[in-house]
Amino acid sequence: MSFEDIKLLLVEKFSPEVIVGEETGGLQPALLIEPARIADVCLELRNNSKTYFDFLSSLTGVDYGTEENRFGVVYHVASIPYKTQLTLKVSNENNRDLNDLPSFPSITSVYRTADWHEREAYDLVGIFFEGHPDLRRILLPDDWEGFPLRKDYKTAEYYKGIRIDF
Amino acid sequence: MKRKFLRTHANFPVISINLKFKINPIPIVIGTKIRNQLNSPKYSIALNKYHQKIASAATEDMVLNMGPQHPSTHGVLRLELITDGEIVKEVIPHIGYLHRCFEKHAESLTYQQTIPFTDRMDYLASMNNSHAFVMGVERMMGIDKDIPKRIEYIRVLVCELNRIGSHLIAIGTYGIDIGAFTPFLWCFRDREHIMGMLEWASGSRMLYNYIWVGGLFYDLPVGFEERCREFVDYFKPKMVELNQLLTDNEVFISRTANIGVLPLDVAINYGCSGPMLRGSGLKWDLRRIDNYSAYPELEFDIPVGKGEMGAVGDCWDRYKVRVDEIGQSLKMIEQCLDRLQKELKRTPEFDPRSKLPRKTIPKAQDYYVRCEGAKGELGFYFMADGKSEIPTRVKARAPSFNNLSVLPEIARGVMIADLIAIVGSIDFVLGEVDR
Repeated sequence: MSFEDIKLLLVEKFSPEVIVGEETGGLQPALLIEPARIADVCLELRNNSKTYFDFLSSLTGVDYGTEENRFGVVYHVASIPYKTQLTLKVSNENNRDLNDLPSFPSITSVYRTADWHEREAYDLVGIFFEGHPDLRRILLPDDWEGFPLRKDYKTAEYYKGIRIDF
Repeated sequence: MKRKFLRTHANFPVISINLKFKINPIPIVIGTKIRNQLNSPKYSIALNKYHQKIASAATEDMVLNMGPQHPSTHGVLRLELITDGEIVKEVIPHIGYLHRCFEKHAESLTYQQTIPFTDRMDYLASMNNSHAFVMGVERMMGIDKDIPKRIEYIRVLVCELNRIGSHLIAIGTYGIDIGAFTPFLWCFRDREHIMGMLEWASGSRMLYNYIWVGGLFYDLPVGFEERCREFVDYFKPKMVELNQLLTDNEVFISRTANIGVLPLDVAINYGCSGPMLRGSGLKWDLRRIDNYSAYPELEFDIPVGKGEMGAVGDCWDRYKVRVDEIGQSLKMIEQCLDRLQKELKRTPEFDPRSKLPRKTIPKAQDYYVRCEGAKGELGFYFMADGKSEIPTRVKARAPSFNNLSVLPEIARGVMIADLIAIVGSIDFVLGEVDR
C-alpha cells in the first residue's frame, strides 16, 4: 500500500481530522496524527489486512527546541508481510513545567515492545504516556532529576551529594 | 552538611528494601515525598507500585537479585526475580548500569565524530554498527550510490567477519552458561584470528572506527585477502568440530530444547529481530529485505529455527540459527574475497577516502535507517536541520534492547537454572541495551 492509500484508508476508517498533516519533503514521508487518536490509528494499521504494520521498529521522543516548546513522539512501524515501512508523528505544545509533562496515549496495548521504548522516552525526554502499565525510569536511576535529552537540560553537578566530574 | 546526611539517609531504605525481607514499608513513603517536590504525584505512581510489589513479595516469596555482577547475565544486567522455591514467578530486569548517553553525545558531535560512539554500542560487532550509521548519513547526503564497489565489498567483508566474531562469543559463552567450558576456549581461539585481522586493517582490536561516511579509513592492507582466505580454510573444519562438541551434545540439547519457547506472534509484538526472530521460524533478514550495500550481489541463505530438537523458537533453535549464520557469513566472505581479488582488485590509484564529503551537512530531513546487525535490526533515526554538521536528534534502535524486553514474558514460571539458559540464548550486549 502506498503512502496515499494509507492516508485514504485512515480518513475512511476514522475521520479527516485524525490526520493533522504530512511531511513528504525527505526520503521517508511521515503522517502527522492527532495525538489523542494515535493508539487507535496504530491498532487499525496493525490489524487491517491491507496494511499489517505488525512490527514497531522504533519509538522516539523528541524535543523540538526551546523556541517552539513542542514535544513529540515519532513512531516507525514496519509490515513484515508486505515489507513496507511507515513513519507516524504526534506532537503537542508544552510549557516545560516539570509538573505538567507533555502527555500522549500509550500504544503498549498495540505493540508490547512500546513498553520499554516509552519508558525510555519518559526517562530521557520527559514525555508521559497515558495508560502505560509501568512508567518508571529505565536507563537512569529512579531518583534522577530532570530529563537529559531536553534541549534546556542543565548537566547535573551532583548526584546524591557526590560531585560529577567530566 | 546536615542536609547532605538527610538526603543520603532518605534514599538509603529504597536501596536496601530487597535485602531485608520483612521491612516496614514506611521508608518508601519518605523516598516518594522527596520526589514529589519535583513532579506531581501522577509521575511516581508506577514507582510506588513497583516498591509495593517488591515489599509485598518479600513477605511470601523470595526476592532474589541476579546480577548486576553475575557472570551469566553477560555484563551489568540486574534481574530482580520473585521466586517461589526454584520457580521464577516474575522477572523484573533493571538496565542502565552501562548508560553512556550516546544520544546526548550525538547531539553535540558531528556525524563523523559520532562513529566511534556507535562502535561502543554493540562492542562485539562494532563494524556492523558503524556500517548502519554511515549508511544512514550517506543516504541523507544522497551519496550512497556513488560509493565505489570495492569499498562496499570491503565493508561487507569486515562486517561479516565481525558478525562471526560476535556469534562465536554468543556460542562460546552460551556453552559456559550451560556448563560446557571447552567450546568457550575454542571459540575465543578462533575469534582471536578475526580480531587480529581487523586490527591489521583498522589499527584496533575491538572498536575500529574503520567505516567512514563516504569511504573507509584505509584500504585493506596488502596481503589481507590471502590471509583472510587462509582463515576461512582453517575455520571451516573447526566449525564441524564445534558442532560435534556442542550442537549435538546430548546434555546441551536437554538443557536447551523446549526451554524458553518464544512463539512467533509474541516475538513480532515484542519487536524481536535477528536470530531471536529467525529462531522462531520467520525468514526475516534485512540484508535480503532491504538489499543494502553489496548484499544483493551475494548469494546466501537465511537460516531459521525449525524445532529440530523440540518446539520451534526454543533456546536450541536460537543457538542453532547463530551456528548456521556463521556458515552463511563464511560463504559471503568467500564471495567478497573472490571479487576483491579479481574484478575489484586493488589499484595504485584507488583511494578509499576520495568520496569523503568535505562537509557532512545533509538537507533538513528526518531519516530512519535500519540494517541487520549481529543481534538483529539495528536502526538509527536522524533529525537533521540542514544547517549544521551536528544532528538535532539521534535515536539508536538497539536490537538487544528489544530482544531483552521479551525476557519477562518467556521466563515466567521457569526454573532458575532454565532462566540462565534463556538469558544466554537471547545473546544481548549490555553496551547496546544501555547505550
